[in-house]
Amino acid sequence: MIRNRVLFVLAAAIAVAALALPFLSFAPNRLLSGQGIALAAALEMPRGLALLAPGAVLLAVPFLRPSRGATAASVAAALLVGAGLLWLAGLHAAELAATAPPAARTSFGSGFWAMEAAALLAALDGARRLGLPAPGRIALGLATALLLAAPLAAGQLDQLSILKEYANRRDAFSDAVLRHGAIVAAALVPTLALGLPLGVLAQRRPTVGRLLFPVLNIVQTIPSIALFGLMLAPLSALSAAFPSLGIAGVGMAPAVIALTLYSLLPIVRNTAAGLDGVPEPVREAARGMGMTPAQLFLRVDVPLALPVLLAGFRITLVQAVGLAAVAALIGAGGLGAIMFQGLFANALDLVLLGAVPVILLALAADALLRLAEALLPLPGGRRAV
Amino acid sequence: MTGRRFWQVFGLLADRLVLAVLALVLLLYGMPLLKPFFAALYPTLDRPMYEGDGFAALAADHMALVGLSSLAAAAAGVLAGLAVTRPWGAEFRGLVEALATAGQTFPPVAVLAVAVPAVGFGAAPALIALTLYAVLPIVQNTIAGLEGVPAPVLESARGMGMRPAAILLRVELPLAAPVILAGLRTAVAINVGTAAIASTVGAKTLGLPIIVGLNGANPAYVIQGALVVAALAVVVDLGFDRLALLLSRWQRA
Repeated sequence: MIRNRVLFVLAAAIAVAALALPFLSFAPNRLLSGQGIALAAALEMPRGLALLAPGAVLLAVPFLRPSRGATAASVAAALLVGAGLLWLAGLHAAELAATAPPAARTSFGSGFWAMEAAALLAALDGARRLGLPAPGRIALGLATALLLAAPLAAGQLDQLSILKEYANRRDAFSDAVLRHGAIVAAALVPTLALGLPLGVLAQRRPTVGRLLFPVLNIVQTIPSIALFGLMLAPLSALSAAFPSLGIAGVGMAPAVIALTLYSLLPIVRNTAAGLDGVPEPVREAARGMGMTPAQLFLRVDVPLALPVLLAGFRITLVQAVGLAAVAALIGAGGLGAIMFQGLFANALDLVLLGAVPVILLALAADALLRLAEALLPLPGGRRAV
Repeated sequence: MTGRRFWQVFGLLADRLVLAVLALVLLLYGMPLLKPFFAALYPTLDRPMYEGDGFAALAADHMALVGLSSLAAAAAGVLAGLAVTRPWGAEFRGLVEALATAGQTFPPVAVLAVAVPAVGFGAAPALIALTLYAVLPIVQNTIAGLEGVPAPVLESARGMGMRPAAILLRVELPLAAPVILAGLRTAVAINVGTAAIASTVGAKTLGLPIIVGLNGANPAYVIQGALVVAALAVVVDLGFDRLALLLSRWQRA
């Protein structure tokens, strides 16, 4: 009798992917498409047990009587499967590299991605069922990140194509990561400097909101690539008129301006909404206590609006990480430049080297801000956790 | 022209959706007329007008990509949302919700790029990436919409002796429709923009003049493409505005 159908479906998906889909793909060089390698080929004993043992647990738990212990075991097993897949892929790639010419490439196959995704989803669902409080969730998230990063940090994945690509352009990659962060940071400064006062103003003077929000909404409607393109004309005209400003139609300036325009909406909207949410009786009481308007704003309005504000900041940050990747098209650099370079040159490992870190950056930004939201002190010194 | 006729025509022209559609059509078919303008703006360019493919043809391909992926995503998303809000599928709800939230953290452009190593260049990776991405807001809003149906309403429907299928079709879905439509709107808006970027993975869309212009240092192409993409996005947005309005009128009737 199946007691946990979710885990059963995910475990079955892992088993099917293991049997039917290629685990790795082996190509003579980086431009040719590879030949599939089944998971069985990489499951040399005894090290294959590192994957088979937790895999067996994962298949067995759905049939057990539901209990916290069984669920905890399924989470642990799912994480071990996730890490084991990475580790085995790295080891097998190293063995293949030992006998193959240096130009040969081993990359992750569709089976790897399917199994990894199913394993992480199984861990996610198990963690949800455990109903952990925030510190437990944070610890589990950190443990997951460490477990998956360990084979990478230990150099066990070095013979996989994406890391070979990284080794070829180590400096360019770290420059790109820094540049990506710089674009996002450079856009966040004017966004906050403009967005926070505008949000306060929009909440206090409804006329301002009625004028501002339609404009910001239209900006958000325009697709990023089009907005970047439309920045080109005024900025190149500006640079032609005032060459000393050092602004050009392509590069960092239009990227930062466009990112700022996009980022304003969530910040202004959430600032106004957060302040709107402060109950009027609370304000009355504060005034009754003799607080000045400045004290009222700093000690009542801001703390109470902070959770909504932080949520707006999270949306902005995650959105900006993705938009900064698109900005590479107008010469802003960053990880998007690596990604598009790969797309234009038909070098798929390069595409992954650009795209995967963009995804990881967005996930990390989201997780960090959610963490900050969870740790925010509630009024009265309590915390949300 | 009688006074009333004039106001009818004037009223139509004052409608933002009609104006936006008009602007889009003019841009699609009248762009070559702007050639002298772009030639004056960028006198150093040999070719100040994008003439590779007609803008109308590119727009048709663009809309086909967006429409196909959004339809597939709507079907999958609404079905998934329905399934996990029924008693027999409730077990999967937490997972589906977590997946929809986490998935939307992934930048669309990165999803598009990652699809290329998986399925190769062309329209296929764009179609797959757009569909996968569009499912997330639709399933999220379907769940939220169905969840928002007040329990007393369901109770009285059951009390009237309605069968579950009838309750779903005549009570739940109509009441959840505005929220589901909002999810579809989010999905389509993202897809219109991502489809433009899909020109970098070999799909022919309105992003093509922009990409060609950027790679060939031809700002006129970039601006032409950007104008059309922006106009299309505004038309789609206003169209959904209108749809939401019609839906709320129909609900009240």
